Amino acid sequence: MDQIVQLLFNGLTLGAIYGLVALGLTMVYGVLHIPNFAHGALYMVGGYVAYTLISKLGLGYWWAMLGAGTTVALLGMLMQALVFAPLRKAPELYDMIGAIGVMLFLESAAQLIWGAGFHRLPTPYGQVLQIAGMPFPLQRVLIIAAAFVLVIVLHLFLTRTITGSTILALAQDPQGAALVGIDARWVTYLVFAISGALAAVAAVLYAPINLLYPTMGGLVIVKAFVIIILGGMGSFPGAILGGLIIGMAESFGGFYVSTDYKDIIAFVLLVVVLSVRPQGLLTQGAR
Amino acid sequence: MGAFRRSAIWIAPLALGIALPWLAGGNDYVLSVLALAFIYAIATLGLNLITGYTGQLNLAHAGFMAIGAYTVGILTVDHGVPFWWAFMLSGVVPAVLGMPIGWLSLRLRGYYFAIFTLCVGTIINLVIEKWDGLTHGVSGIIGIPAPPGFGPVQFSTPRAQYYLALGALVMMTWMMQRIVRSLVGRSFMAVRNSEPLAEALGIPLMRTKLLAFVLSVFYAGLAGGLYAGTIRFLGPDVANIAHTFDMVTAMLIGGLGTVAGPIVGSLVLPWITQYLQFMQDYRMIVFGPLLVVLLIFLPAGMVGTLRNWRARRDSQALAVAQPDAAPAHEHRAAAAQRHGHA
Repeated sequence: MDQIVQLLFNGLTLGAIYGLVALGLTMVYGVLHIPNFAHGALYMVGGYVAYTLISKLGLGYWWAMLGAGTTVALLGMLMQALVFAPLRKAPELYDMIGAIGVMLFLESAAQLIWGAGFHRLPTPYGQVLQIAGMPFPLQRVLIIAAAFVLVIVLHLFLTRTITGSTILALAQDPQGAALVGIDARWVTYLVFAISGALAAVAAVLYAPINLLYPTMGGLVIVKAFVIIILGGMGSFPGAILGGLIIGMAESFGGFYVSTDYKDIIAFVLLVVVLSVRPQGLLTQGAR
Repeated sequence: MGAFRRSAIWIAPLALGIALPWLAGGNDYVLSVLALAFIYAIATLGLNLITGYTGQLNLAHAGFMAIGAYTVGILTVDHGVPFWWAFMLSGVVPAVLGMPIGWLSLRLRGYYFAIFTLCVGTIINLVIEKWDGLTHGVSGIIGIPAPPGFGPVQFSTPRAQYYLALGALVMMTWMMQRIVRSLVGRSFMAVRNSEPLAEALGIPLMRTKLLAFVLSVFYAGLAGGLYAGTIRFLGPDVANIAHTFDMVTAMLIGGLGTVAGPIVGSLVLPWITQYLQFMQDYRMIVFGPLLVVLLIFLPAGMVGTLRNWRARRDSQALAVAQPDAAPAHEHRAAAAQRHGHA
């Protein structure tokens, strides 16, 4: 019983992180139809920026998170300005490859700046809570809580504010949105900013219990893609549900099947799901 | 363009390729780099068939090349199979494995296919790393025999390996030329340009795409087999996704959907790498932006741009429809609608 609770708890931690990363990815896809392969690299940069802010400038954890979120949000907007906007009218193959170019650049740049080795992001929340005789590391509790709060804030922003509604409108019907006077260009930058900030925050939350290294975004981005395909590309609830599914699958699979192959579980799941339902779990009808 | 003029274009570089070992003055290092570039050119030719000609971005290509390489490595080192027998299987094994993978993935369109193959590439990489019993895991396979020669011709010196790789590249290029000019090749391009139109013309979509995919991984596998015989050491890194991105870059530098493009790109790429040697692991700092700049300013690549320019010069008045030029630009909204993204 204790074991099950621990596995559930770990799955929830992983799921929260994956969900946050996938949420940003699916937002960009929903509004711009760009599969942003560089999203994992943005996640990685977020982790490193926070690391620098804490270890070099001596900033607090939350300030570092804010700094990382802002930096990566700007980076996302820059990416849209320099790469995706010029490629707007090119075949879809091209923005996919363009995103790969950005990813290669960011990974290499991170290696140049921070080195190829591993870094550990310090956290002020290293304690372990004891609840009903079971250990719950505080940082993991924090991850789940923060992800929960972020998702609610994002939901309120999208549904209760005018700015948020313009994003939803653009995702649903670009032509209709243009007709009612929504400036699509401004919204695309906003979407990239939010998407980048989500990735950065996820990295700052997760890095203290994992490690920082230049290619850390690689596996995360592939899993995030798996998640948004499972949940239906462009679907927000789908990203969260997909994140939880993959998080749980890895937590339980790593324990009951094999830790060696735990990183493969997500992909095998994708292969199986796409074989049966090419359109994803939460979408109806054909793509 | 006459058949003679068309083949004349290939004769000059080929003559240069044959004469190069003398011109290089027996510089083994240069020859080894070029041999490796030829091998990657073969794999990139294959990638171009599925991506440039058929329009599906396969991100598992390095994975399939690794399967070809490991086929040779495992058979020769662990089972004592003679090199050339193993080599013959290096194209077949990825092609056979590629069939079910292609059948599953090619039902997906555009981004979904790319992401699916990205996952396949990651799985191949992870399996090679973890399946110690078969692949020797992270310690890799050492002592792969050099390809034995035939009579007086031996393949153990860098110069001989250079010629082996060159010969293989020439043969595979000739074969690719035959494929893309055939009816089958035309149907690949039809699928790339418009799936509904291709279907209306009576082209079986799935079978056509699957054929392109299997041929493409066959090329990757053979390149892997040659790689194993040339480098004679294999580690999981062969399957690294970064190598797929290298091939994508080479293909773009040369030109999507041209036979010469991947070869030109694969030869230019190591030159850039050499030039950037001082940056070592950081060469991607230049590569990444280079890729983006190419996409924006030279979308047809070197060969494609040259050919478009020549076509324009040859027929100022007529807007000649280039049958195998790079895919025409189309409006994103139209593309999105075609795939039913809502």
